[in-house]
Amino acid sequence: MDFALTDDQAQIKDAIARICARFDDAYWLKRDREGGFPTDFYDALAAEGWLGICTKEAQGGAGLGVTEASIMMREIAESGAGLSGASAVHINIFGLKPVDVFGTEEQKDRMIRPMAEGRAKACFGVTEPNTGLNTTQLKLRAEKRGDRYVVNGQKVWISTAQVADNILLLARTTPLDEVKNPTEGLSLFYTPFDRERIKVNEIEKMGRKAVDSNELFFEDFEIPEADRIGEEGKGFRYILDGMNPERILIAAEAVGLGFAALRKATAYARERIVFNRPIGRNQAIQHPLAQKYAALEAAWWVTMKAAWEYDNGMPCGASANMAKYLAGEAGFDACQQAVMTHGGFGYAREYHVERYLRESLIPRIAPVSPQLALCFIAERVLGLPKSY
Amino acid sequence: MKVLVPVKRVIDYNVKARVKADGSGVDLANVKMSMNPFDEIAVEEAIRLKEKGAAEEIVVVSIGVKQAQETLRTALAMGADRAILIEAADDVHTDIEPLAVAKLLKAVIDEEQPGLVIAGKQAIDNDMNATGQMLAALLGWGQATNAAEIEIEGDVAKVTREIDGGMQTLKVKMPAIITADLRLNEPRYASLPNIMKAKKKPLDAKTAADYGVDVAPRLTIVATTEPPARKAGVKVESVDELISKLKNEAGVL
Ligand SMILES: Cc1cc2nc3c(=O)[nH]c(=O)nc-3n(C[C@H](O)[C@H](O)[C@H](O)COP(=O)(O)OP(=O)(O)OC[C@H]3O[C@@H](n4cnc5c(N)ncnc54)[C@H](O)[C@@H]3O)c2cc1C
Repeated sequence: MDFALTDDQAQIKDAIARICARFDDAYWLKRDREGGFPTDFYDALAAEGWLGICTKEAQGGAGLGVTEASIMMREIAESGAGLSGASAVHINIFGLKPVDVFGTEEQKDRMIRPMAEGRAKACFGVTEPNTGLNTTQLKLRAEKRGDRYVVNGQKVWISTAQVADNILLLARTTPLDEVKNPTEGLSLFYTPFDRERIKVNEIEKMGRKAVDSNELFFEDFEIPEADRIGEEGKGFRYILDGMNPERILIAAEAVGLGFAALRKATAYARERIVFNRPIGRNQAIQHPLAQKYAALEAAWWVTMKAAWEYDNGMPCGASANMAKYLAGEAGFDACQQAVMTHGGFGYAREYHVERYLRESLIPRIAPVSPQLALCFIAERVLGLPKSY
Repeated sequence: MKVLVPVKRVIDYNVKARVKADGSGVDLANVKMSMNPFDEIAVEEAIRLKEKGAAEEIVVVSIGVKQAQETLRTALAMGADRAILIEAADDVHTDIEPLAVAKLLKAVIDEEQPGLVIAGKQAIDNDMNATGQMLAALLGWGQATNAAEIEIEGDVAKVTREIDGGMQTLKVKMPAIITADLRLNEPRYASLPNIMKAKKKPLDAKTAADYGVDVAPRLTIVATTEPPARKAGVKVESVDELISKLKNEAGVL
């Protein structure tokens, strides 16, 4: 067993840290206050080829694994960019995995290359207001008419839809009551985001103002058949392929955010003098920080294990869910402790930790809730009966 | 023209150095290591010469522990063409002294026959500022230290150096050794495609013994100490109080 970073991985971490250093705390504080996509940050990573880290060389990428991508995403979040930075590029890294696995050569070139090069932005539309985590019950309907599909219905929480050029969309092509198995009848599309036919309402939310999340209303939105990925009706199976790596990357981002918060908290604990001593000399301040550090470190290594399994073609569902769960909780705990360590100043925006705390709820909730991650472990690892 | 750039793996300039408990040096266990910043500048300058058409090939050389390979990969990812690793120590705490480094570099240079060597002016770990000069002496080549600007004109390098109160411009006939100062350039960092390309570039692994150079230390480190902690300042109410303190407490007036 070797826990050391390879030369490549060390270089990746270093190069990302150097790019992120150009976007300081003041930059992210401003983005969080004013909103607006961090285009210059996105462009800086794109210009140096980083958005193609996992993309195959045939589509202009570096062909590296989820392990390397996780190291990169952790480094972005840990730099202080947090989820504002990570979510701005997240979908470019692994979002089009289903196209890579199930798309035609023509589709791969047309769809993946612009994402790897940072020339196109995309959003991923799965969640709907009335189905929640029960994905097989999705209602948004895509009806086949000749060589096109016509889409009507709603999606919710779709991130980056304000800036996206394309949408990866999961839609029902066969009504639920006509399929034998509820996992059938959903199809996957990747197609231009037509703002005439998709109304976008930004959701006002708790944090990560720089990266929008939205309600989408589809009204006779047309998709050419050439933009369907793989076979009709198999879309649910196709997106399963990308879910584990997505959980792994989110876990890495949560860990990075947690470490960023601890860095601020320990620096403050060393410097803040109360009762004639740095507050960090008190064990009641030290121990919770040490605890959170240990928890983040543990979550990180489960994340690395999951990434290693995925990159070596092994089943990684259990590790990916454990990593997502542990990292989500550890990231949140670390951010909360960082606020408490700062006392009243932790509540002030200019100390940054309250922003991290607001962002730390995202990797807890999405893309799968802690409850559902635990359900997976209970059922698939412990062999307990399915509870829902 | 071939340009040779020696690069050293040193403690990262952002890391707060901590002295080992026995005072024998700085603790490097589990500490982030990077390319010496002045060497990065030297590599960058070589790449710029190549981009301008003044150089054809850039060879980077590192002498030290096996892990210096990482430093060489960084140089390759920046744009160097080929790397030579000379393993000369097993323990990351072993610092190869400038004379041994210069002898090894001379041996490499005898084989490689570069037209120009660009080195960092000093390594930030021990600040010896000696290797380039010793190498010039061993080779009997001209040298220009602390370069702030380099221009190649035929077989002559025009080097501008920052000196007290102004700039000095020298001409050295090549082959020559130039050492790089901070303001020579701002080094690029590796893009992802270049990191990938660097993996395919050749890296030769050698040992100090291959060149018959004895790297045993000649210097003895007597002690290493942390800089004294700065005491907190005091605020004075008036000029009189300041003068009185300077006279009576600081004893400087
Ligand atoms: C900032 C943000 C960005 C997002 N971006 C995107 C995006 O780009 N694309 C996209 O498609 N989606 C996105 N989402 C949506 C996200 O994936 C969902 O919010 C998440 O999957 C949870 O679904 P839900 O909100 O419908 O919760 P619900 O399914 O309504 O669940 C509510 C609560 O009930 C619990 N619960 C439900 N069923 C059970 C059960 N059987 N046992 C125990 N507990 C249960 C859940 O765990 C949860 O705590 C985003 C969400 C957020 C907050």
